[in-house]
Amino acid sequence: MQPLRRAGIPAPEVRHDPAPSRISYRLNRIWLSPVLRRIITFVVPSVLVIGLIGLYISNPNRQAVLRGWVADITSSIEARPEFQIRQMSITGASPVLANAIRERVEVDFPVSWFRIEPADIQARIAGLDAVADVQVTVELGGALNLRVTEREPAVIWRRAFSLEMLDETGVRIAYIDRRDGRPDLPLITGDGADAAVFEAMTLFEAAAPINDRLRGLTRRGERRWDVVLDRDQVIQLPEQEPRVALERVLAMQAAQDILNRDIPVIDMRDPERPIVRLGTEAIDYLRLTRAFEKGLAKK
Amino acid sequence: MSDLYETQRGMRQIRKAAMQRGIVAILDLGTSKATCLVLRFDGDVGDMGDGVGPMAGQSQFRIIGAATTRARGMRHGEIEVMQETERAVRTVVQAAQKMAQVRVDHAIVSFSGANPRSYGLTGEIDINGQEVTESDVAGVLGSCDMPDIGSHRAVLHAQPVNFALDHRSGLSDPRGQIGNSLTTDMHLLAVDRDVVRNILHCIKRCDLELAGLASSAYVSGIAAMVEDEQKLGAACIDLGAGTTGVSIFLRGHMIYADTVRIGGLHVSQDISRGLGIPMTLAERIKTVHGGLVATGRDDRDMIELSGETGDWEHDRREISRSELIGIMRPRVEEILEEVRERLDVAGFDDLPSQKIVLTGGASQVPGLAGLAARILGQNVRLGRPLRVQGLPQAATGPGFSSAVGLSLFASHPQDECWDFEIRDGRYPARSLRRAVKWFKENW
Repeated sequence: MQPLRRAGIPAPEVRHDPAPSRISYRLNRIWLSPVLRRIITFVVPSVLVIGLIGLYISNPNRQAVLRGWVADITSSIEARPEFQIRQMSITGASPVLANAIRERVEVDFPVSWFRIEPADIQARIAGLDAVADVQVTVELGGALNLRVTEREPAVIWRRAFSLEMLDETGVRIAYIDRRDGRPDLPLITGDGADAAVFEAMTLFEAAAPINDRLRGLTRRGERRWDVVLDRDQVIQLPEQEPRVALERVLAMQAAQDILNRDIPVIDMRDPERPIVRLGTEAIDYLRLTRAFEKGLAKK
Repeated sequence: MSDLYETQRGMRQIRKAAMQRGIVAILDLGTSKATCLVLRFDGDVGDMGDGVGPMAGQSQFRIIGAATTRARGMRHGEIEVMQETERAVRTVVQAAQKMAQVRVDHAIVSFSGANPRSYGLTGEIDINGQEVTESDVAGVLGSCDMPDIGSHRAVLHAQPVNFALDHRSGLSDPRGQIGNSLTTDMHLLAVDRDVVRNILHCIKRCDLELAGLASSAYVSGIAAMVEDEQKLGAACIDLGAGTTGVSIFLRGHMIYADTVRIGGLHVSQDISRGLGIPMTLAERIKTVHGGLVATGRDDRDMIELSGETGDWEHDRREISRSELIGIMRPRVEEILEEVRERLDVAGFDDLPSQKIVLTGGASQVPGLAGLAARILGQNVRLGRPLRVQGLPQAATGPGFSSAVGLSLFASHPQDECWDFEIRDGRYPARSLRRAVKWFKENW
């Protein structure tokens, strides 16, 4: 008799029961509860990751390794030729000032773009007396550009132990050794003269007709100016509107040639009432003349 | 009746809690399939605009998970093998949870078996020309005489269907009206207690909390009938696999429910026996080739029967479709005649309208409407469940009427008599006595 089933064919498998077992059903339900789900999918992994990273970093050797690694990468990026700055160009400065700026900036070229602080450089250069304004621009792969605006020297201020060059606003530009070095600049003296440089400039401008005789201006009591001419002649100017007073003196000069006479001091401190102080010879002469008029003097 | 009150009230509390949480599972335990729908309640959305109203409360919820599986261990809508039924419930609940991606803790269950029987109750109280308050309603509901339903029976539904104030009847809500005597008609549906206990136990074993129970005859009526049919009077016949549920609605309330313990499975059994083929094949032939009205063409339509007995003659048979119809038709006729009997007992012919709606899985047999019209009356139509939001296309057939109806029931439950506070007449006397006792002890 033939066997019902051949030996090679296995018995048909028992049909799979689609029903979940009690345990898998319960686990499924627990898994579907929102709190547990959030804990397992979010809280536990994040805690694990943060904890592991913290554990890894807490070792000081590894911290050093990590720092070295970061430093390597940053330096390799900084050292790239695209970020190198090889030179510095200074425009608008005299050679002397340019040298001073170069000394002041203290950058060893070539330098990386990351190592340069334009704001810092600008602050340093602006600290120089002779510099009115500076614009610092950095070109990538190029140069450090400094566009300098120099202060214009306007006057020379003679003080007790020094000669200083000031600009229009009264800021010191430089110390100089000799007055002869800049004979084109007018001279001012007196304490507090630097605070009124602008006024002095207008006075110098007004005094142009007597320029050949002008020696300089002297600040008196930090409030008013004296105009000093050669032959020690002095014009004392008021605090208010000194230029008007000076122009009035110049008008008197034009009309009566007052400055060429023996008058050491013309006092304009009260503009309403100009006073002239005569020299000793002139007084003697005046007295003599008056005596003659009265017939008192003898020939 | 009071312990049942307690359980039903407890279930109502759980249902409220579940609605608060917003997630409820609907579990329809049938004889051939178990269906689970996961409902998400979004609260009252109000008017949806463009003339669309709240749509009978359907817009309140959305089905976010649905699963169906073959029921196991069930017979005539009752649990026969607890472990098997439990497995089926676990399968279907897990699948629905997987689709919904949410865990459900509360389930509302409907079942078809347990020999439901309807009782009509009447109660009356005197209200002395006062305004009817809610406690009066509770009082009149409590005054109904409890019929003798038997010690092994339990009350599944107890719904007030009508109120009458003096001689004015047909009130749906008597509160605020003034009269002398308040009368109510209550419909009470009793089922076998052990069957309900088994179902409770089964749900408990699946780690779910029961938030409500309903008869599937009732809930499939809610889903398959349109509102005016429920208002004017109609019967819904739910042709299931193991049982056929009958429910009669009038004025929007169920007034009668019953089941016939024959269903589609018996048709398959007849085919299996008559043709000598396995049950699965019989079921398949029934669903693919079945019919109820034979025509001349059906004699030439041959159906191949396969078999594995080894007898070539037996395994290679062919039958004509008219033979199959000849087997199926008597059984369906029997079912419908049983239904006719129940309807006659219930006095269905006295209703103002005799509309009959056929639904359930077995109602898909071609030609059923014609056959039912001959037995039950002309006014017959085939009913499908209402469309609700999120219901998968696969679950829109007539076999899912009770599941859909149960979701509607869950969102809009009918007032049951245990929703009202029971008026305890002895309460003032007792508390007075307690006060006197307290005084005596302390002074």
